[in-house]
Amino acid sequence: MSNAIALKEITKRYKDVTALRSVSLTASKGEVFGLLGPSGSGKSTLLRIIDLLETPDSGEVQINGETVHSDSKDAFQTRRRIGMILQKPMVLNRSVENNLAYALLIRGWSEEEIHKRVDRELKRLGLEERRMKNARTLSGGEMQRLCFARSTIFDPALLILDEFTANLDPANVALLEDMVRGYASENEDRAVIVVTHNLFQAKRMCHRMALMWDGEIVEVADKKRFFEAPEDERTAAFVSGELVY
Amino acid sequence: MALEVSYDVIQVTLLSLYVSGCATILGSAIGIPLGALIGLKEFGGKGLLKTITYTMYGFPPVVSGLAIYYLFSRAGPLGSFGILFTPTAMILAETLLVIPLTTGITIASVAEVDRSVKETVKSLGTTPRQSVLTVMREAWVGLVMAAMIGFGRCIAEVGAAYMVGGNIKGETRVLTTVIMLETRQGHFDYALGLGLVLIVVAMAVFFFLRLLQEKELL
Repeated sequence: MSNAIALKEITKRYKDVTALRSVSLTASKGEVFGLLGPSGSGKSTLLRIIDLLETPDSGEVQINGETVHSDSKDAFQTRRRIGMILQKPMVLNRSVENNLAYALLIRGWSEEEIHKRVDRELKRLGLEERRMKNARTLSGGEMQRLCFARSTIFDPALLILDEFTANLDPANVALLEDMVRGYASENEDRAVIVVTHNLFQAKRMCHRMALMWDGEIVEVADKKRFFEAPEDERTAAFVSGELVY
Repeated sequence: MALEVSYDVIQVTLLSLYVSGCATILGSAIGIPLGALIGLKEFGGKGLLKTITYTMYGFPPVVSGLAIYYLFSRAGPLGSFGILFTPTAMILAETLLVIPLTTGITIASVAEVDRSVKETVKSLGTTPRQSVLTVMREAWVGLVMAAMIGFGRCIAEVGAAYMVGGNIKGETRVLTTVIMLETRQGHFDYALGLGLVLIVVAMAVFFFLRLLQEKELL
């Protein structure tokens, strides 16, 4: 399997704080990769660097084998191949329908294509009746599902999720996880990176995962080894629940 | 007499609306994009530029009038345009007063848009221009407020309008300048009536702008 993402020796500092220390990582196409670790370990910073929202101090980011830079003029073209969902659902102050259409409009899709794709997503979300309602009137779970649909409506090759179910009830968590699994399994070329500190979620969703600690990757392993036979003592303590953070 | 008076009032009211409306539109057309640019871009001296913009809220109308008077007086650098003592000169002077207000309020409005919304928009793959336009749309209520405050400044303005308009009957006489004139001549009742007209007209325009502000942009 070829790499969807390859990070090489990424370092990032914010004034006196080192957020990432020479992080190297790969995620393959067809893989759901989990990034685990306590708050402040650098997971979100790493995701923001992958989505070209942050510039690393040093190191290299490759997406589908191509080196990308957040400060290049066509960084937005790279972002157009990535879907990102944040912890807090961020809908625009417009209708449900236009929130979905937005991601396609900015890509210059034709009106007919937009209409067709938006209808399909509304049906999938069960929001056809409320298509003209302002998206901010939806419940938290509905908003997050709308954000998921908006970030995947353009078929991104890479989907990155940052604590995407952190504030949701179990029913909505299950719905969203199903949506992610469905998305990942639809096409073998797709890769998903999930940031979470929920061990159970990582176990349910990810094929492979890494533990981040204080800006470093402690261990990368497939699910079975990560949970059953971790090599690093911090991973062992993390998965056994002995590590309080 | 009554007919003549009502004709004057209508004419003066319409001119007030025309001058204030044009100055608001022009001032918003310049100030809102400028404010969005200052508010959303990072550059050296941004803090200083914002302070200057906010300080200009208190820009004295007579100074704005003086600047336009100097530029367009017969001996001035733009004197050949011959627009002094016309509604055009009044519009320009009032536009100068509106620009700092619309710029400053837009800076504050776009800054108020949640940082996560800005990042989400960027993350979806917008070009820099698309990002700015989307954030401006998210700040819609604030942008209409900018236009409202701009209009409020124009419709109540007297110093600049008097200086570059000259209060010429039938040509550059607006509600505020005629109120001043009638008060000076001792026609208090007439001045008071015109004051009432001014308030009603301003309220009608604000009512329309409030509707625009509360309209959900779906």
